[in-house]
Amino acid sequence: MRPPPTPGWLGALVRSTWPLLIGLAFAFVMQNVVALSIGDYYSKVGNAIGIAIILGVSLGIVNGYAGQFSLGHAGFMAVGGYTAAAIVYYGSIKLFGTKAIYGGALGPGELLLCAACIVGGVLAALTGWLVGLPSLRLRGDYLAIVTLGFGEIIRVLIKQSDDVILSQPQVEAADWWTLVDNLGGGFGFIGGPRYIDARNPFWVWVFVVIVCLVAYRLKYSNRGRQLLAVRENEIAAEAMGIRTTKAKVSAFMTSAFFAGIGGGLYAHELGNSLRPNELGFQKSIDIVIIVVLGGMGSISGAVIAAIGVTLLPELFREFKDYRMIAYALALVIVMVLRPQGLMGLKELWEVDWRDVGRRIVTAPGRLVRWVASAPTRARAALKAAADRRQEDRS
Amino acid sequence: MTKFVQLLLQTLTLGSLYALIALGYTLVYGILRFINFAHSDVFTFGAWIAFTLATALGWAATDSPVFAMPVIMVLAMAISAALGFGIERLAYRPLRRAPRLNVLITAIGVSLFLQNVGQLPATFGKDPKVMPPLISAEPLFTVASVRIPLVDVALVALAVILVVALQWLVYRTKLGQAMRAVSWNEQYAALMGIPVDWVVSLTFMIGAALAAAGGVLYGLKYHQINQTADALWVLLGLKAFVAAVVGGIGNVRGAVLGAGLIASIEVFGAGYVSSKLPDLFVFGVLIVMLLFRPAGLLGNAAVEKV
Repeated sequence: MRPPPTPGWLGALVRSTWPLLIGLAFAFVMQNVVALSIGDYYSKVGNAIGIAIILGVSLGIVNGYAGQFSLGHAGFMAVGGYTAAAIVYYGSIKLFGTKAIYGGALGPGELLLCAACIVGGVLAALTGWLVGLPSLRLRGDYLAIVTLGFGEIIRVLIKQSDDVILSQPQVEAADWWTLVDNLGGGFGFIGGPRYIDARNPFWVWVFVVIVCLVAYRLKYSNRGRQLLAVRENEIAAEAMGIRTTKAKVSAFMTSAFFAGIGGGLYAHELGNSLRPNELGFQKSIDIVIIVVLGGMGSISGAVIAAIGVTLLPELFREFKDYRMIAYALALVIVMVLRPQGLMGLKELWEVDWRDVGRRIVTAPGRLVRWVASAPTRARAALKAAADRRQEDRS
Repeated sequence: MTKFVQLLLQTLTLGSLYALIALGYTLVYGILRFINFAHSDVFTFGAWIAFTLATALGWAATDSPVFAMPVIMVLAMAISAALGFGIERLAYRPLRRAPRLNVLITAIGVSLFLQNVGQLPATFGKDPKVMPPLISAEPLFTVASVRIPLVDVALVALAVILVVALQWLVYRTKLGQAMRAVSWNEQYAALMGIPVDWVVSLTFMIGAALAAAGGVLYGLKYHQINQTADALWVLLGLKAFVAAVVGGIGNVRGAVLGAGLIASIEVFGAGYVSSKLPDLFVFGVLIVMLLFRPAGLLGNAAVEKV
């Protein structure tokens, strides 16, 4: 057997960059065609969907692949969001001399935003390293508590920051280092330039494409399979020679990195308020809902769930009191009936659609049969209980 | 001195509340090995049920009869016990053999469900309400020029009575023996003729009743009860849960010890160190504890077998 031909560096470069190029083209289309044609309102909803996808897919890496239940995703989001907001706000004033939007598409202002998001992601990843360390010792629900505690600590720390956002002359007068603490405290970080709005969704979709690509490649790579092995059985994975600690911590860091980027985008989307209380426990739960509904370990599932969870409440505004009730019920019902989430590990194109179709077609018949057989089953259960009582007495 | 006594009083009342909630967490964890995230919502519901009962029975004014408080307390505990029973039966029992993560997610789902059902106009609504003062807030006696109101005394006394009763129940009765047997090994307990399902249901009911008692006392002490999804409730529940973990989850005495510890850290930390950072201390203690002694102060570390 001949080994497969190894591609040259040019082939490797093309092979690894073409999805990214298609992704950039996709973001470009979203910016210049879709955002204009669907109108401002739905374009804004689209931004929310994009950010939800970034958060959901990134949580899926640690929650779905590695099976480590994290309840602190909003904490990472906050780290990235505040870092990016501070860099963009203070950086704009220091570098460009204005706190308004500076430069057009791909201009210096937007590049600063992109860099700030990445720096925010890196800081969030470092925080993820800190949170990942306890996962050396803890599993399952204890880990969930620790991540929850970390998220709360991050929130409280941000709340303690100086609540004065310095004005432009003050910032120009101040040293770089003194600005670190001025994050707006409990009132939130407000007043920065909002580079992302209904007309400018470009960067959201760029990062959506990147996070989906990374998650996809990770899933089918050696490392991704290591994570899946850790998820299925940690002891067995360790016995197979997987360094479980390293795998788990790197999953945490990757996940936190993208959560940080998602936070950075969230901070710069017009209409969002970067307040510590918005990025608390509830936000983490919202992201968990996306992952669980989509399927633990399915990227396309998380994307679909993010779209559904964001879009449906917009479509049914008059029922907004019942929105969270419906989510909660959906969460419980999915866990009871389909513990692996709607899609499980499968991607959209891996699903056996004929089987799904067959199940859907036969569903009414099965339901009728189930309901019709209920009296018989109830009678059988009662009879069994009576028999048991009889046995007890004798 | 005055400040110290004041802080001590606060610690006692807050610690009693935490203990009442933490016991529910710890009981359920001890038996089923999972964190009942919906537990703090039962506490919230307890406060709201008490409010609803008090207004429905016309005891909203200050001149309510002496028996008003005990009656409302018992009723709220009974209704919440029924709620706990329903939660266990509908949401958790189908998942008894499922992986722990799934049960955890279900618990979060139940918690969200309760929080949001409680906000509907048909149930409790979204506006904060003022709990009618069923116990007088008049000072009962004075220690070091700190006036100690009857509410605080009643709160601490009731908490102590309930904790002692629970201790007796778990360690001195047949039911308690059955509970401990189920927590040791569910299958063997079933083989010994213990009705496992019934014991689990009862555990949930006891936990819910204790939480409801805590909720009623909270309402009487702090007067204002916020909407069910309010961040304040969530944080309170989380801290009680932290108390259960720090004390050693699954251990009744540990929950009480943890509650005292967390309450004192919170109150004295806020009083003497920084008024802004008590939450930071609480969660910091949690993380340090989990890192160095994951089983908690009084818990036994379980050895994981292959």
